[in-house]
Amino acid sequence: MSRFNVEVRVIPRPGLLDPQGKAVQHALDSLGYAGVESVRVGKLLALELDADDASAARAVAEEMCRKLLANPVTEDFRIQVSKDDSVEAE
Amino acid sequence: MRIAVITFPGSNCDHDCYRALKLTDGVAPEFRWHRDTDLGGVDAVVLPGGFSYGDYLRAGAIARFSPIMEAVGAFARAGGPVVGICNGFQVLCESGLLPGALLRNPSLRFQSYPVHIRVETTATPFTSQYRKGQVLQVPIAHGEGSYHAPPEVLAELEGDDRIVFRYSTADGGLAPEANPNGSAHHIAGIVNEGRNVLGMMPHPERAVEELLGSTDGRGIFQSLVHHLSAGATP
Repeated sequence: MSRFNVEVRVIPRPGLLDPQGKAVQHALDSLGYAGVESVRVGKLLALELDADDASAARAVAEEMCRKLLANPVTEDFRIQVSKDDSVEAE
Repeated sequence: MRIAVITFPGSNCDHDCYRALKLTDGVAPEFRWHRDTDLGGVDAVVLPGGFSYGDYLRAGAIARFSPIMEAVGAFARAGGPVVGICNGFQVLCESGLLPGALLRNPSLRFQSYPVHIRVETTATPFTSQYRKGQVLQVPIAHGEGSYHAPPEVLAELEGDDRIVFRYSTADGGLAPEANPNGSAHHIAGIVNEGRNVLGMMPHPERAVEELLGSTDGRGIFQSLVHHLSAGATP
């Protein structure tokens, strides 16, 4: 087993109304940032996960996304896995 | 008949639902706690509004995994009547007992005031005591109530007469300004394929006494009693 840092990004589907993103876009616009075509606001979940290898860590994270972390109707997710060599997992 | 009101940590309409049921002739309401694993042989289940588990991650996402929801799922799949109101609707969508999802209101505001909803079908255990087209005044109180579903799901809901309530004007017209949260097809409430699971964002339990400004919500609970005492399927 090794320790992995797994980052899960969950973001509203493109094309879906994201009022939070819209509000941020308006705020950026009023700050004078022209040319911001769109803003979507999602969330980042940072997991420390013990698994046999990186692909096992990714597989379990994907399962977590499908079951809980993302809503399949409205959200997409992306998973990034990196090994944490500072920890010796059991 | 016995009807269970489920209390999750963060539920805040459970006592309102209990009282609305208590005021309905023929109903003995009981509370069930989210850690319970058994519904105890009740005839129907109400999932109340509130902020179960603090709405963490997504509204209803965590409540779905509480022990009692396994029993509620089995009860619903066996044809038992289940009503989810507001957060209860969100829990039912997250559980997959109803299709679609409830997104943040386009206004980004928590909206809490009376609205009008139109009864779209009386062919459910929850609306038989209304007239089709009847307009009810019932309050909403939510930040995430914008109903969303893929086009094919919306078409199925329309085609199968599964849209139970739509937001409307006082005289029953459909208009963007009468749709408080931008819900697809003005949807305020839907039933599942078996027609025994109802999810709705407005709060009928807050419209059961003159003192509250409306008694239009009573019909849902009366319909349920009618359904259960008739022992009929819709």
